[in-house]
Amino acid sequence: MSAPADSRTIAGSSLREFLHGLPGVDQVGAEARAAMLASRSVKTTAKQWALDAAISMIDLTTLEGQDTPGKVRAMCAKARRPDPADRTVPKVAAVCVYPDLARLAAAEVKGTGIHVASVATAFPSGRTSLEVKLADARYAIAAGADEVDMVIDRGAFLAGDYQLVYDEIAAVREVVEGSAAPSGSAGRPHLKVILETGELVTLDNVRRASWLAMLAGADFIKTSTGKVTPAATLPVTLVMLEAVRDFRDAHGRQVGVKPAGGIRTAKDAIRYLVLVNETAGEDWLDPRWFRFGASSLLNDLLMQRTKLATGRYSGPDYFTLD
Amino acid sequence: MSDTPARLAVRKTYKLYIGDAFPRSESGRSYVVTDHQGGFLANAAMASRKDARDAVVAARKAFAGWSAATAYNRGQVLYRVAELLEGRQAQFAAEVRSAEGLGARQAEAVVDVAIDRWVWYAGWADKIAQVRGTANPVAGPYFSFSVPEPAGVVAVIAPETSSLLGFVSVVAPAVVTGNTVVALASERCPLPAVSLTEVLATSDVPGGVINVLTGRTAEVAPWLASHMDVNAIDLTGAPAEMAGDLAVAAAENLKRVLRPRADDWTQPPGLTRMLAYLETKTVWHPVGI
Amino acid sequence: MPKFEYAPAPESRAIVSLKESYGLFIDGQFTPSADGRAFKTISPATEEVLAEVAEAGPADVDRAVTAARTAYERTWSVLPPRERGKYLFRIARIIQERARELAVLESLDNGKPIRESRDVDLPLVAAHFFYHAGWADKLEYAGYGPAPKPLGVAGQVIPWNFPLLMLAWKIAPALACGNTAVLKPAETTPLTALTFAEICQQADLPPGVVNILTGAGETGRALVTHPGVDKVAFTGSTEVGKEIARDCARDPRKKVTLELGGKAANVVFEDAPLDQAVEGIVNGIFFNQGHVCCAGSRLLVQESVYEQVLASLRRRLATLRLGDPLDKNTDVGAINSAAQLAKIRELSEAGEAEGAQRWSPPCELPVKGFWFPPTVFTGVSQAHRIAREEIFGPVLSVLTFRTPAEAVEKANNTPYGLSAGVWTDKGSRILWMASRLRAGVVWANTFNKFDPSSPFGGYQESGYGREGGRHGLEAYLDV
Repeated sequence: MSAPADSRTIAGSSLREFLHGLPGVDQVGAEARAAMLASRSVKTTAKQWALDAAISMIDLTTLEGQDTPGKVRAMCAKARRPDPADRTVPKVAAVCVYPDLARLAAAEVKGTGIHVASVATAFPSGRTSLEVKLADARYAIAAGADEVDMVIDRGAFLAGDYQLVYDEIAAVREVVEGSAAPSGSAGRPHLKVILETGELVTLDNVRRASWLAMLAGADFIKTSTGKVTPAATLPVTLVMLEAVRDFRDAHGRQVGVKPAGGIRTAKDAIRYLVLVNETAGEDWLDPRWFRFGASSLLNDLLMQRTKLATGRYSGPDYFTLD
Repeated sequence: MSDTPARLAVRKTYKLYIGDAFPRSESGRSYVVTDHQGGFLANAAMASRKDARDAVVAARKAFAGWSAATAYNRGQVLYRVAELLEGRQAQFAAEVRSAEGLGARQAEAVVDVAIDRWVWYAGWADKIAQVRGTANPVAGPYFSFSVPEPAGVVAVIAPETSSLLGFVSVVAPAVVTGNTVVALASERCPLPAVSLTEVLATSDVPGGVINVLTGRTAEVAPWLASHMDVNAIDLTGAPAEMAGDLAVAAAENLKRVLRPRADDWTQPPGLTRMLAYLETKTVWHPVGI
Repeated sequence: MPKFEYAPAPESRAIVSLKESYGLFIDGQFTPSADGRAFKTISPATEEVLAEVAEAGPADVDRAVTAARTAYERTWSVLPPRERGKYLFRIARIIQERARELAVLESLDNGKPIRESRDVDLPLVAAHFFYHAGWADKLEYAGYGPAPKPLGVAGQVIPWNFPLLMLAWKIAPALACGNTAVLKPAETTPLTALTFAEICQQADLPPGVVNILTGAGETGRALVTHPGVDKVAFTGSTEVGKEIARDCARDPRKKVTLELGGKAANVVFEDAPLDQAVEGIVNGIFFNQGHVCCAGSRLLVQESVYEQVLASLRRRLATLRLGDPLDKNTDVGAINSAAQLAKIRELSEAGEAEGAQRWSPPCELPVKGFWFPPTVFTGVSQAHRIAREEIFGPVLSVLTFRTPAEAVEKANNTPYGLSAGVWTDKGSRILWMASRLRAGVVWANTFNKFDPSSPFGGYQESGYGREGGRHGLEAYLDV
């Protein structure tokens, strides 16, 4: 795939030409491929590995208007010890909250190695001035977030103003690079770019938005805010995995993928891992490069884990609500 | 010394079928349905204009999914209805018998024809496009094709006298091609149609694809005929003096109108009733490198 | 050691109850062959013997054709068409009820992955019966006149690559149109046909309407040349198809349809949706181990995207999983027989000898059974044997082209004409290519898609006649 020589400074029209010159995605073919991979049967030892891997890749999330300190504390407790009855359960990758609760979350997971992801840039809609969006990002980092999940301007994207979308991502990237490393973490905060694929609708748009985000400096591309349906789907994630694979081939830089929203069962999660395994490859099968944005998924993973261990189907009463 | 009383039957309540539910009429009314000799059979729901309105909403809601289903899927779903009808042969034969006054064997024969009619229509789902669709040999570097598409929501005034076979014969051809239906059952003999809705509810037919109202034809039909979100109307069961007015009302949004004809329900139906509710979509595309 | 190793995920064999031996199915009953001859069918993945199967001799063929004739004259052609349809609906339903069992049996006997037999073969089998059941009482609308009549007794010979599906393609339309049938499955894959015979019994199909004669080439010849057979339908190699055409040529009453081999071109243009095109290439030649008459065995890739497509293809092939057909994660199963394996090897060696470059992804082949790794030959020219001859295995020959016209020329440069694939984002080019490719089936931006309503068949030496759709009925009607 031919790419602009300097990914950081691209004139508007050549950005558009580049994005529109990417190969198209045949929707039916992509969905068929995702469906075939979803029929993979992952059993016994493989399932054990997959369940633990999935747990370790969760960004345990609460993003509600009604979030309170109490809610965040409970969720962080769950993140640290997903199953009080079983210490062999791995901890999750991160907790994900609104910026005004990031300080509290950071305190609750301090010293555990669990990351603190905060949404930013007027999540979920992204509809405000660039100034406000950047202030939102700075605020999140100052509060202790070591991961920033920003939203792109979907309106600008759908109106064809790719340059604006690019510039906004680049600006947030600068904020992220310029901030001091939060104590306890290595290097600068990392930047996830939420494409809100449910609003982009076509897989061609998903491919273009993925490339745009990566060229502008995303460390991770993320499907959704979770506030719009459809959120993460297998075909959308397939296209994003193809994009990060091709981007690394073209530019030598690895970018992570995070499907978020609507992933509720262990079965779903394992399907995503199969997708990663057979699309981008096992380099991405690591919390450093693949995350699940989820909340109720964790308990289903724990239930399936218990079933594998005990041979019995479990029930929701045996797992804590966060 | 006292005779042991015969076991008391648990009588059925005959309600409307709208969406995937069995509501009574929102008006709370019912009317007496009698057998062919005037004996009491049941109090059937007397549908109001609001019930008709709700039924059209349900039919419209179901249309997107039903018309987007593969033809194969529609055929399978309708074939399953026939399987369930077969299992209830005796029940339907008894109901038709009491409604229409037929002899036992006649009633059974009518039910057999109704079930076979349903199977016949089920088998059309994945064939009508091949019989009705074309590739058009236009004079130019274009590929042009025409395919049949369902019109949308079809209102059906079911035949007055043929309570099951006639009902099946007017409803099946509309839904097999992807339309959804609001059917007004025969006023005098509505009960077999209502029992049919029990079959629909326990089959794989999605709620809203076939909705069935019972009540006064003179009251309900005009509301269906004038409804702007109904795309076609079958006036088969409308009395002669009413049909003209209904057709005039239907003209307001240019519904496709099927006029009453002298139908012999025992005869093979032909394509007319399927074609009546099919549009034709013609597409052109250039052919070039 | 891969990070994420899928553990073995075997589909249980317990759902199938294999008999030790199977008889012929004639006139509604299972019976040994008249001379007692029998042969064994094995699993190509393990070489274990699955069962003993009767071998039909001339006397058995005669008895079966007579039974079919009697059933035709006394029962089947006299039944009201809607009743015929209802028998076919019953059969379709029972197939659905027993679908898993049939899929496992098919994978055992044929070697194809259970995922394919479960998700592709069996659903299509049921669909064929459903579709044709509905035509039985609607023939006057099929475009052949107001009252088209059947032909009588159909003698049908099918191959080993899609045993039950090929049976469905033959029997469903034959019966729907009012004919009776005598069918010979391939000698390496008789078991699902024999189970189908059981299904006919479960459906209460009148005796003699369907007869199944197991046997090899001799049985097939005896069947198609039998004077009591009005209609011959054959799917198999072009070589045998020509023999049958010759054998039947002197009997003008006998109607013949043939569905034979192919050497399809899968044409990928520079503006193709690349990831899906690579899937289409893989699906085109490695689906069913390449044992597909319409396989996309020649990749014609536009030179400007050659490197990209090949790199992508090689990367994709590395994720193909070859192994136990009954493992739900297997993508590539066993080659159907030792004979077929020998043929694939011979042609592949020829490919190397003629100067093409051979490549396969790293692939561990099981010790027992018949296996061949997915293989790609590049640097192939039209003159190479591997570009001209049907290999019928998981071997792809890659050629390049520069312009659409050149693609068409190269694609058509073959005596075959069964299928072709076109990959491009441009609609007009799809239609332009489709109108110029000399192939009975053109897949655009997809491949190996089948439906009972969609006519299938070839041009030239890929055979004549169509199966499926309104067009497919013609073969079984006296029109």
